[in-house]
Amino acid sequence: MTHLHGNAPSTMEIVNRKLGRRYRAEKRFRLVGLSAILCSLLFLAVLFLSIFAKGYSAFRQSYLLLDIHFAEEAMNVNNLATADYQGLVKDALRTMFPEVTSRGDRKLLYGLASPGAAFQLQQMVAEDTSIIGTTRTVWLPADDDVDMLLKGYVDRTAAESDRRLKDVQFGWIDTLAGQGRLRLKFNATFFLAGDSREPELAGILGAAVGSLYTLAVTLFLSFPIGVAAAIYLEEFAARNRWTDIIEVNINNLAAVPSIVFGLLGLAVFLNFFGLPRSAPLVGGLVLTLMTLPTIIIASRVSLQSVPPSIREAALGVGASKMQTVFHHVLPLALPGMLTGTIIGMARALGESAPLLMIGMVAFIVDIPKGFLEPATVLPVQIYLWADSPERAFVERTSAAIIVLLAFLILMNATAVYLRNRFERRW
Amino acid sequence: MAVILLICSIFVFSQAAYWLGVKRARRAAGERGQAVLHSRPQYYGVLTALWCGLPALFIIFAWILFADSILTGMVMDQVAPQMGLTSTKEIDLVENDLKNLVAGHRATTDPGPLLQRAADDYRRLKAVGEKALFVVILSLMTLCTFLVWLRIRPALRARNQVEFILRAFLVLCSTLAVFITLGIVLSVLFESIRFFQMVPVTEFLFGLNWSPQMAIREDQVGSSGSFGAVPVFAGTMLISVIAMLVAAPVGLMSAIYLAEYSGKKFRATAKPLLEILAGVPTVVYGFFAALTVAPAIRSLGVSFGLTVSSESALAAGLVMGVMIIPFVLSISDDVINAVPQSLRDGSYALGATRSETVKLVVIPAALPGIVGGMLLAVSRAIGETMIVVMAAGLSANLTVNPLQAVTTVTVQIVTLLVGDQEFDSPKTLAAFALGLLLFIVTLVLNIIALYVVRRYREQYE
Repeated sequence: MTHLHGNAPSTMEIVNRKLGRRYRAEKRFRLVGLSAILCSLLFLAVLFLSIFAKGYSAFRQSYLLLDIHFAEEAMNVNNLATADYQGLVKDALRTMFPEVTSRGDRKLLYGLASPGAAFQLQQMVAEDTSIIGTTRTVWLPADDDVDMLLKGYVDRTAAESDRRLKDVQFGWIDTLAGQGRLRLKFNATFFLAGDSREPELAGILGAAVGSLYTLAVTLFLSFPIGVAAAIYLEEFAARNRWTDIIEVNINNLAAVPSIVFGLLGLAVFLNFFGLPRSAPLVGGLVLTLMTLPTIIIASRVSLQSVPPSIREAALGVGASKMQTVFHHVLPLALPGMLTGTIIGMARALGESAPLLMIGMVAFIVDIPKGFLEPATVLPVQIYLWADSPERAFVERTSAAIIVLLAFLILMNATAVYLRNRFERRW
Repeated sequence: MAVILLICSIFVFSQAAYWLGVKRARRAAGERGQAVLHSRPQYYGVLTALWCGLPALFIIFAWILFADSILTGMVMDQVAPQMGLTSTKEIDLVENDLKNLVAGHRATTDPGPLLQRAADDYRRLKAVGEKALFVVILSLMTLCTFLVWLRIRPALRARNQVEFILRAFLVLCSTLAVFITLGIVLSVLFESIRFFQMVPVTEFLFGLNWSPQMAIREDQVGSSGSFGAVPVFAGTMLISVIAMLVAAPVGLMSAIYLAEYSGKKFRATAKPLLEILAGVPTVVYGFFAALTVAPAIRSLGVSFGLTVSSESALAAGLVMGVMIIPFVLSISDDVINAVPQSLRDGSYALGATRSETVKLVVIPAALPGIVGGMLLAVSRAIGETMIVVMAAGLSANLTVNPLQAVTTVTVQIVTLLVGDQEFDSPKTLAAFALGLLLFIVTLVLNIIALYVVRRYREQYE
């Protein structure tokens, strides 16, 4: 190489001159990549934190301690359902605040207790009629506005006309809270009740049971069918046009928008076969169609990972093709199939769009007792509550999301555990 | 309830048939032992049980599917002439009343003695039918079991026959995917054709005005719904573009960092964490978009003096973008890892830095795969429902301003079909036309994407 003197720079010099800029570009690029990841993680954190911050307060609920006198004259022993239980609550509130006399103020006073208080009293009497004529001290649910005030969501300084609670009510609430007769207790209603228009009486049990029924149908259908389809495609099918079509179909179905499955369910299951609307059976069928591709794909991968030597050994000692698959290959592939199924089920649990199409959005108070009864599911319940205008439903929506996420995390953790515990590397 | 009892009895009978078959096979083998049997005794048992159970299950299934419609038809054939019904609409109405009456719901109007009698007829017929079903199934099971039992002898190829039935079941399951696709296409297509008989295709595809509300009475204001879907498509595109503007750079850069820069430990923690984003139910994103992101964007915009709709396309698009990040990430990660190491080594040997290698060698090599992944992500964005239902608007504005409210195809499908429905108005049928379009667009995107990704994989295999 000729060594050049004078002004012409050497290659090394050219490289070195640019090197600083190139290293800076390198660093920048790396930083952009890292910040992209951190951005997503930040969003994840904000999402979870904001939902938790909004929702955790719903696990506690305001209760009023009232001295209820189960007056005999108000009861009719032959027909306990007709008694004026609302009146008992009103009487109790009136005796605590005897100075309240005007009609309007009394109405405000009665508004502190939830309409569900009367129902609770009715149940108490139905369970034990001997309490008629006695006075009992009972914790009864307070109205959702009171609940919101106690949890600090209500701005006391706002103009009175803008608030749902009036100044007099603040006075009573403070008095009751001072006496220890109004406080936050664990909100069992949220876990044990069905839906309600009153936030303090609304619970997720109905939706959770609906989800359980729906998922049971989905699991019962999609697991055997998915595994059978995977076995056929992986172990028996010849490579020809027909199997190619099936394969392309499965891959495409996995990417079809979920709402289209809802349209299918509406047109076929409801309109053509005349199955009942809002039923977990139909919901389960629709979700089966949706999860089937996931399970088939996961099961095929799992079958592929079983080494051919296992099959050859079984065939070698005289097993038939079917015996080889069902006695030797399938047991080894099952953990992987189960993992895929659980992940598919987790997705089905969080799915709501297709269920809107088949009428699982109805307002259903009763807890469903069968596969054909009207029901809703957890994510749809969340959707319904998110649409409700009451402030108290915001925290209940968030709390329902927390419960749903807990279920999902549990399922996914099980899948990961199964994978780590049973996965074999050959 | 009777049906459940029957299904249980089928299981009991099949179990019994299994034991009968096994016993018969052992007896047939006699003292010479099992060696003379063609198959192991269990296969004879299974064969007997299958013959006992399958035909019975098949009949029960048919009963569940068709009993109601046949019985209703029989009863209605009697009632319709008596009540002097002629038009199909009237008959449908009466049929509905009848169904309600039978189910024990309160009818809309007083049923009248005729309908009451028809309902009684229906119940009586159903009871008779169920008894007949019971007898038929029990005798069928006994007969089939007996016939197979007679046929059992050492030469019977029981295993082959059982395996044949099993294989038929496997084939049936694997073809189900094709039937599902067919079902989707047919169900959506038929309703769409009915829609296009009422509304011309050209108006639907090119019309600029979307207001599907149909008047119930003739004289109502705005009685003619208009079905120009262009604003709906535009809204879908706007939100999808916003989503991709978020997801594409963030997802791709994350994938590059994870594949090329990060250590094993960082990757092992970051990737599962990012995949949580894909596992969060969309209804949760919708709630977050509607209650946290949209108000935040609105107050931010107002502080800059902009008018921001409370259901802005921006909020829905941003959150949807975050939802899609994991899809872009995992596909890009796959394709970047599939680029052979030798290409990178060659680039390093020429003195390129890592970022230069990524930009000039890895990305161009992986480009087809990345594009395919992006197309898949776009099809996700177009088909996503809950986020837009909760966070985007209902009014069909034709605008490109992300701060205004727009509506999307999926939102319209949901709003048109949730609630009371009658399947002869263009309003509900329009949802199926939109669904057809959605299906076609996502299908085309998916096929192109899968084809591109597959071709790309083959290139480096």
